[in-house]
Amino acid sequence: MAGRVFLVGDDIDTDQLAPGRYMAGGVEALAQHCLEGVRPDFARTVRPGDILVAGRNFGAGSSREQAVEALRHLGVAGIVAHSFAGIFFRNAINLGLPVMTAADLGAVADGDRAELDVAAAALRLPDRGETVALAPLADNLRALLADGGLVPHLKKRFAAREAQR
Amino acid sequence: MMATTLAEKIIARAAGRDRVRPGEVVTAQVDLAMIHDSGGPRRVQPILETLGVGLWDARKVVLISDHFVPGDTDEGARILELTRQWAKQRRVSFYDGQGICHVVLPERGHLAPGMLVVGGDSHSPTGGAFGAYMFGVGATEMAGVLATGEIWLEVPGTILLEWRNRLSPGVTAKDMMLALCGRLGMDGGGYQAVEYAGPAIAALSMQERMTLSNMAAELGAQAGLIAPDATTAAYLETAGATPGDWQGLRTDADAALAAHHVFDAAALAPQVAAPHSPANAMPVGEAPDTAIDVAYIGACTGAKYDDLAAAAAILRGRRLAPGVALLVAPASRQDQERAAADGIMAVFEAVGGRLLPNACGICAGYGAHRLGEDVTCISSTARNFKGRMGAASAKVWLASPLSVAAAAVTGRITDPRALLAERGAA
Ligand code: SF4
Repeated sequence: MAGRVFLVGDDIDTDQLAPGRYMAGGVEALAQHCLEGVRPDFARTVRPGDILVAGRNFGAGSSREQAVEALRHLGVAGIVAHSFAGIFFRNAINLGLPVMTAADLGAVADGDRAELDVAAAALRLPDRGETVALAPLADNLRALLADGGLVPHLKKRFAAREAQR
Repeated sequence: MMATTLAEKIIARAAGRDRVRPGEVVTAQVDLAMIHDSGGPRRVQPILETLGVGLWDARKVVLISDHFVPGDTDEGARILELTRQWAKQRRVSFYDGQGICHVVLPERGHLAPGMLVVGGDSHSPTGGAFGAYMFGVGATEMAGVLATGEIWLEVPGTILLEWRNRLSPGVTAKDMMLALCGRLGMDGGGYQAVEYAGPAIAALSMQERMTLSNMAAELGAQAGLIAPDATTAAYLETAGATPGDWQGLRTDADAALAAHHVFDAAALAPQVAAPHSPANAMPVGEAPDTAIDVAYIGACTGAKYDDLAAAAAILRGRRLAPGVALLVAPASRQDQERAAADGIMAVFEAVGGRLLPNACGICAGYGAHRLGEDVTCISSTARNFKGRMGAASAKVWLASPLSVAAAAVTGRITDPRALLAERGAA
């Protein structure tokens, strides 16, 4: 299922993703204000399956997990960027949001139809007939994502252990 | 044998590998997990319940209450109660109201060189001062660690921060760190491991080294390491820990580095960081003339025994400037007791400083002494983000304990060396 590309720039920080002043309203409120500083229409127009394409240092700032939760709540299928801030990258994988890097994202334009294939490490652009190569994720991170994040992954692992008894 | 970094050595051992390379993702066995009352039981217990499991090894979990101590609000009291109950049920090591987690953990002998340690707090890199690879994670990951004793990590590159020569009198680890924040920026660490080295580092006490490792967080590094030496071993023996076989735990001379920066410690002046970022650092002599209302000696990075002793050296025999409030929150009970025995606490009392609990207090924005509207504060803490210590209109300048004490005496941002020199002349 292809979504559409939302293009954003460098240094998108966690306060732009989950603005601190809406923290008390929970993930619902945070999601409604997600990225409003750079894309005022984002929360209203993004649809499940859409993909964020960003520049350098995506997710800089605080370690708040809500930055990932807001994007998941809106149904964002994944983020492709030149680079990610370390803690955001960890949080995204652990909460089941695919995050992948690419050396060159010049072929991607805002609004393009796009499909993120984590296993093949590819961002497909069907209308252009092009595929952008992504840096592959390590096997154990792919396994985490495939299960939907750390908690479901561990649930599965513990259930399997239980079944063996 | 290929040359490797200190970070690679520790991670390879924890991952059960001969060697690891930067960029590789490995699964490591965790030697110790540290949690506190804020990010700990109240957040991880619901996740453990979802998973339907207990702790992987209660002997490897240390719980410390510090954020909501002394529990002077209904919410704080409730969270502390929940924390105490959990500690009892789970039979983990628990330090209740004994001080700030990053200071209590090593002081009670829980850290040793070569360990891989995960902490539920962003200043967890503090453990790197002891040659342990320690880093901070959020609640979901911590729950995963508590359930399995494992964590994934991407092997970091090492950014070597080499400090040549010695600090001059009146200049401290906090000044080094603020200068680094100014030079490298808050993402200069790139989630790699920074390693502090050189003669100026070797000459520092363990508590001063802890300030450097602690604020690796402000550089955006995952860990802030210092290779263990005789100073480390001596501290650990006093704390009742076993230093173990630390001699080989260092970055080999020809190991591949992500970056290598060299600084001259002797040329460093005391620094202050203007509101609202540690990266707004400048030599104190270049700071605009600024009157202050509150001088705060507190936090894991600025109120350990050495910090208290430094501040008292300025304050002894002097008075506070009219209208200035001095607040002192010693980082741990043990450090406070030691400072009391050495006559240091009496100095704060003599000048009319207000003593606050051994806890995070206003550094975390908690308690009755949170900064009010438009207050200007000079603080020995690690972060001066807008609104962190109270009102969003409050302005917080970061500085060393010496500079905080100097400002308390003059009522303005002041080079502490001027006051030390006066003393020298007298
Ligand atoms: S004293 Fe401040 S920096 Fe240290 S753990 Fe507490 S809140 Fe964090």
